[in-house]
Formats: sequence, C-alpha cells, structure tokens
Amino acid sequence: MTPLSGYLLVAALLFAIGLAGALTRRNAILVLIGIELMLNAANLNLIAFWRYGPHPEALTGMMFAIFSIAVAAAEAAVGLGLVIQIHRHAQTTDLDAINRMKG
Amino acid sequence: MSFVLYILAALTVAGGLAAVLLKNTVHCALALTVAFAGLALLFLELDAQFAGFAQILIYIGAVAILVVFAILLTRGSETPKGSAYSHSPLVGLVIAACVFAVLGWAVLHSTAQLPPGTTSATPTVTVADIGNALMTRYVLPLEIVALLLTAALIGAVIVAMHEKEGSR
Repeated sequence: MTPLSGYLLVAALLFAIGLAGALTRRNAILVLIGIELMLNAANLNLIAFWRYGPHPEALTGMMFAIFSIAVAAAEAAVGLGLVIQIHRHAQTTDLDAINRMKG
Repeated sequence: MSFVLYILAALTVAGGLAAVLLKNTVHCALALTVAFAGLALLFLELDAQFAGFAQILIYIGAVAILVVFAILLTRGSETPKGSAYSHSPLVGLVIAACVFAVLGWAVLHSTAQLPPGTTSATPTVTVADIGNALMTRYVLPLEIVALLLTAALIGAVIVAMHEKEGSR
C-alpha cells in the first residue's frame, strides 16, 4: 500500500464516521460536529493529493484546502448561530422534536 | 506507510469516533478537538506546514471554541434523558458503512497510477510562496472568500441576535 492510499483510507474512514454521526445523532450541535468531520476528511484528501501529485510547486491542492478551511469556518459560524436561534425559539436542540416549519 | 502515520491515523480516528459516540456533548466537543489536532499533525506529516498551522488556529482555536459556546448557550451539556440517537440509527449506520465500503474499495482497487517521474521528494514550498500565489494567481478567490467571511459574520450575528419582545 502506497502512502497516498494510506492517507486516503484514513480520510474515507473519517468521512464515514462523520456521516454516521450526522445521520444518527439527535442533538443539532452533534450533527454539525459530524459535518465538520466530513469537511476535514475532504481537506485531508486535498492535501494528500497535493503532496503526492506531480506538481506540488503549483500549490493547487494546498490552495483548495486553505479556501475550504475558510469556507468551513464560515459554515460553522452560521450553523451554530442557527442552532442557538432554534433553541431560543423551540427550547430544544433535539432534531426529532423540531418537526414543524411553522413558527 | 510509516509508523508515524499509523499513530496519527489512530489518534484522529479515535477522536472522531469519540466525538460521534460519546453521550455528553461537552465530551464530544473535546473529542472533536483531539480529532482536529490529529488532522493538523497529519497535515504537518504531509509537509503542508501552512495548512497544518492554519488548521490548529482555525479549527482548534475558533471552531472548537464556537462549538463549546453553542453547547453551553443551548444547555446541551445536560445529558439527554432518552437515547442520544435518532429513532432509526441503523439506517444511518448502514449508509455510512456503505459509503466507507465504496470509498475503501475504490482506493484499494484503483488502477489509476500517478504519472511517472513523480517522486516522493519533499516539495519545497515556503509560506512566502503561498503568500505570493494568494496575491497573484488566487487573488480573486481570496477576495471572494473575504466577502463570504464578512457576509457569514454579519449573517451569524443577525441570526443569533436577541429578538425584541413584541417584535414577533
């Protein structure tokens, strides 16, 4: 097994863990944690391909990963703001209890 | 596969598993920090110093703190009385297992080869190179990200702002 496939397997495992968390947990914050794990797994793939690709000096994968980190930070801020507002409105963060779109 | 990679992979995956499986949400946030730290170390192992330190600054320094704030503000630290999982966790587990099976199969059985001539020599990329690229070739994406971050900042503040009583 090449080093690249080792990193790719770690990223795939982390993605699957994040997906399982996002699909099975009831707390909205823990669903967001699962999504963050999935985004990070994608970043690991980008960096691994940058490192073992033919032109690391072109910096393409590295730049993709850096921008992806920035976008994930914005996503986390907005997502957690939404969770706080939902909690204020419905007094719960249990996703099974939030079953109405009408306020 | 070096020995270091095994250790870092085990640390990261253990952190991720704990973040998903633990019952207390504060413990989940701490496990998430461990997973982020493991990922930052993996980035450093891949000779991506800038991305590794950016990961530490942004994820451990900002996102993890934000998650802890959200947990405390929503009183999520109280361990839920019922199950911590949704009513059909098996479906989610099966979907995740299928995704991992497909990804792992694709990685292990891929016939795609790296182009010949690619060595595993350490790429000599300095932070100055990254700064130069950000200011020349990638200046438009940089500006768009700046706009996105500003919009996200204002949007998050507006969404989470206290509503005045009677304005509903």
